[in-house]
Amino acid sequence: MGKQTIIPFGPQHPVLPEPLHLDLVVEDEKVIEAIPQIGFVHRGLEKLVETRDYQQFVYVAERICGICAFGHSMGYAETVERLMGVEVPERAQYLRVIWHELSRIHSHILWLGLAADAFGYESLFMHCWRLRERVLDIFQKTCGGRVILSVVKVGGVVRDIDVAQLKYILDVLEGLRAEYEQICRAFLKDTSVKNRTVGVGYISTEDALGLSMVGPFARASNVDYDVRSLGIGAYGQLSDFQPIVSSDGDCYARMEVRTREVVQSIEIIKEMILRMPQGPIAVDVKGAPADGAESSMVVEQPRGECYYYARGNGTKYLDRMRMRTPTSQNLAGMTVALAGCDLADVNTIILTIDPCISCTER
Amino acid sequence: MAFASKSPWVIHYDGSSCNGCDIEVLAALCPGYDVERFGIINTGNPKHADIFLVTGSVNEQNKAVIREIYDQMVEPKVVVACGICACTGGIFHDCYNVLGGVDSVIPVDVYAPGCAVCPENIIDAVVQGVAVLDEKSKALKKKRKEAAL
Repeated sequence: MGKQTIIPFGPQHPVLPEPLHLDLVVEDEKVIEAIPQIGFVHRGLEKLVETRDYQQFVYVAERICGICAFGHSMGYAETVERLMGVEVPERAQYLRVIWHELSRIHSHILWLGLAADAFGYESLFMHCWRLRERVLDIFQKTCGGRVILSVVKVGGVVRDIDVAQLKYILDVLEGLRAEYEQICRAFLKDTSVKNRTVGVGYISTEDALGLSMVGPFARASNVDYDVRSLGIGAYGQLSDFQPIVSSDGDCYARMEVRTREVVQSIEIIKEMILRMPQGPIAVDVKGAPADGAESSMVVEQPRGECYYYARGNGTKYLDRMRMRTPTSQNLAGMTVALAGCDLADVNTIILTIDPCISCTER
Repeated sequence: MAFASKSPWVIHYDGSSCNGCDIEVLAALCPGYDVERFGIINTGNPKHADIFLVTGSVNEQNKAVIREIYDQMVEPKVVVACGICACTGGIFHDCYNVLGGVDSVIPVDVYAPGCAVCPENIIDAVVQGVAVLDEKSKALKKKRKEAAL
């Protein structure tokens, strides 16, 4: 029986670009307990709704997180639209889904790269980030920005995607898919990758449900829940949508679910482009939300379900804007997975839970 | 040209950025922009680093962390503020938990604005930082010579 020591992890750590601090209580090489500490990124931007009017706030909402930026602006806009009783034109809904799914592809490939880096496969990391640049090229062609897109507004979207650009998106995704499948083989078939991930960081279905985990991490523990299957917005028009689940609950399963979700997203985008309706891309939203009116909304972000809440007070400034992000749900699961693991596996486990700290702390 | 400026190693710390600038810093290091071909390598150890890339603004919680990383870096060293939040606080400048740009805690040599800062801008800032690094190492050598006399 060894002596217990505490090894600090972060806030500055090469494996995770974001500041997360963990106190790892270790005994010899085994982690007994992981105590997370957050608060390095808190800016207090929910309070900014008091000084920015509800139409302006979209740009602040978009900067909640740079990885799921589009999803946050969409989630905020849909919450306010619900609050005001605005019906968004169908074409705008389709366009939103296309950009949102593209964000998911870029986020998942980014994360796969970081995961490869965490278990020490640097060339795979570089290949993932090379593929991700293609998606960013689509963003740059259709919106002008690489990370912050600024295309959502309350009542619709700012830019349209014309037929030539839609075809360009299809072509890029087709090329991406072929190369992506090669990379997937390395992630899912390679023995050295399997050695680092299979059976590591196990989370049972009971734990995942009990700790209310969300997103691909819960789905990897056999929790069949995906907000997209509720059919909000243009997701309701999809011919078929089945959440991707796995029952293993380890790092490999979490990786498998996310690798398969990229292909699923490509299929969704294809279907959206083929069935894209004609029509306006935005409606004018005027007036102010009623005093005491409330609305809420859920969006499936790349990391899982994100909940938005807004309350009006009769003026054009909202009374309250609140969100609950996927990582705040998943941090508890991360500490469960870390308890009892080897010190060398900490990187892999943290990365496969993929904490997004700036969403969580805002 | 001094040895450090031929192959400057960078260290990255996310102050309170929204991740947008962080992933652009990483994108600058990865294929597509690939600054590694110039010998610029990302390191996790402050003692190995010559250039400190800070993204995001400063708050009470991370003030000490930024200070600590800066103090652990060996002279000569250069600080690059990446993104508008690191330069001035950006759109979050009036948030209650934002103290302002990075220059309110440590001296900043090069400012790279943008929201999110694009990789071209980061590369440009690092190239400017390399020039500053050269100047600083010259000044340091001169100082050592004078001390030896």
